[in-house]
Amino acid sequence: MEERKIRVLVAKPGLDGHDRGAKVIARAFRDAGMEVIYTGLHQTPEQIVEAAIQEDVDVVGMSVLSGAHMTIFPRVKELLDENGADNIILMGGGTIPDDDITELTEKGYAKALFTPGTSTDDIVAWIRGAVQ
Amino acid sequence: MHELVERLLDGDRRAAARIITLIENNAREKEQLLRELFPHTGRAFVLGITGSPGAGKSSLADSLTSYFRKQGLTIGVIAVDPTSPFSGGAILGDRIRMQEHALDKGVFIRSMGTRGSLGGLARATKEAIKVLDAYGRDMILVETVGVGQSELDIMATADTTMVVLNPGTGDSIQTIKAGIMEIADVFVVNKCDRDGADKMAAEVNAMLDLGHGQNPNWRPPVVKTSTLDGRGIPELVEAVNRHREFAVSSGEFAKRRAQQLKAEVTETVEHYLKELLWQKAEAGGEMDKLLEDAAQRLLDPYTIARRILSVFDTVD
Ligand code: B12
Ligand SMILES: Nc1nc2c(ncn2[C@@H]2O[C@H](COP(=O)(O)OP(=O)(O)OP(=O)(O)O)[C@@H](O)[C@H]2O)c(=O)[nH]1
Ligand SMILES: [Mg+2]
Repeated sequence: MEERKIRVLVAKPGLDGHDRGAKVIARAFRDAGMEVIYTGLHQTPEQIVEAAIQEDVDVVGMSVLSGAHMTIFPRVKELLDENGADNIILMGGGTIPDDDITELTEKGYAKALFTPGTSTDDIVAWIRGAVQ
Repeated sequence: MHELVERLLDGDRRAAARIITLIENNAREKEQLLRELFPHTGRAFVLGITGSPGAGKSSLADSLTSYFRKQGLTIGVIAVDPTSPFSGGAILGDRIRMQEHALDKGVFIRSMGTRGSLGGLARATKEAIKVLDAYGRDMILVETVGVGQSELDIMATADTTMVVLNPGTGDSIQTIKAGIMEIADVFVVNKCDRDGADKMAAEVNAMLDLGHGQNPNWRPPVVKTSTLDGRGIPELVEAVNRHREFAVSSGEFAKRRAQQLKAEVTETVEHYLKELLWQKAEAGGEMDKLLEDAAQRLLDPYTIARRILSVFDTVD
């Protein structure tokens, strides 16, 4: 009997030191029965993608509160594609303005982005729906 | 041959990663994958790292990886963290300490949740070791969840096991008493940058004076390390290598590997037997009825168990 488990890499890219949100999310995912790989602060896009591949995650979730989302999401998406890991869902959250969310999701750099105040239940439900 | 096995033998890390997932998830292909991988296994050296939570197992795996990489060895790391018994989820955080190796293609790191297994490793850890072995890793480091009730899994899995202790923690000596003696091939007193490392090492040595280990000809060395400044890491590698040489020349290595194979066959038989039993029993479909009768005290659990087992009376 196959027992699938959703695996998620929760990553903090760049110099951004705000890790509360990432930790809250990691715990919420664990409590929802998922396996969360947390790699700590200051990750480069290359490190994030390599970890995602070795850990064979279903989802990469990036937490960005530094304002660098417009460069980081496209770069990680590009690396995932280059490495043949385009099956991995890229999403995330943090302080990201609405217009930027629209642009990032429309261009396919992120599947979904969640801003401060979103309930973790909603995020969990979204992941469950997206991973099929 | 399964396409993923072909790709793995070609050095494709994504195939290695996916095979581990399929095995972990108990996927349909699992047995075929393991059967096809098996001829390519047996080459890697498996180094177990166990010790209390926070003792520095991941940090040591990181330091050792750096050291072995400089010697040109390729490394696999399997780091196990506990799965929450309530949600079935887990936060796997061992990788945090090893991220400097993330871009080194000679290092493959995989985190695993215990998924209900209680012996310090995940049920699929041994199989993940095989995957990385067939993938061609020279050395595979296995980090357990931390000394718990029963940490014997690692002994039955690794070629050399190191037990990591810290200075100034009164409970370390307690854990030694609780049976760590049998597990350790090498003792590590990590965080020796802190006070009390010498005292700790002396205490361990005093314990060893009273008797030790499974093999009377091997007295586990006690090595002091600090992953902060790298102190003691070369000595630790030297101790591991010495144990390895001892194990090979004394026949201990062959003995352990033979025991591992035997355990594996036994476990597999029992596992299949269990699956077969429940398949047959559930096909009979009378379980619910029997349980109802038990609730009414019309039947007892022992009679029910016998009745369920009777599916084997008519083995075809
Ligand atoms: C607490 C805080 C800090 C703490 C951080 C403590 C810590 N360890 O995390 C401290 C005081 C250290 C700090 C420092 C700084 N901060 Co500050 N900080 C905040 C503050 C007030 C709250 C952030 C927080 O923890 N929220 C609680 C968590 C639970 O919410 P969250 O992270 O937003 O997460 C939610 C969602 O965003 C989403 N989410 C987040 N991550 C992820 C990931 C995934 C995968 C998913 C699915 C969802 C998701 O889900 C979560 C639940 O709803 C915000 C303002 C704000 N209202 O956001 C500013 C804020 C983020 N900080 C800001 C700034 C500028 C700084 C500093 C540069 C200030 C300075 N000049 O020194 C430093 C930089 C520190 C650094 N090294 O990066 C700015 C960032 C501006 C920007 N984006 O351009 C903000 C927005 C304040 C502001 N309005 O100016 N900060
Ligand atoms: N002072 C000191 N701290 C250390 C040393 N090695 C590790 N640490 C710290 O000890 C803490 C735990 O280290 P880890 O390597 O995560 O320990 P672990 O045994 O893998 O922990 P778990 O996997 O959670 O059981 C971290 O904060 C490390 O920085 C050391 O040699 N000296
Ligand atoms: Mg660890």
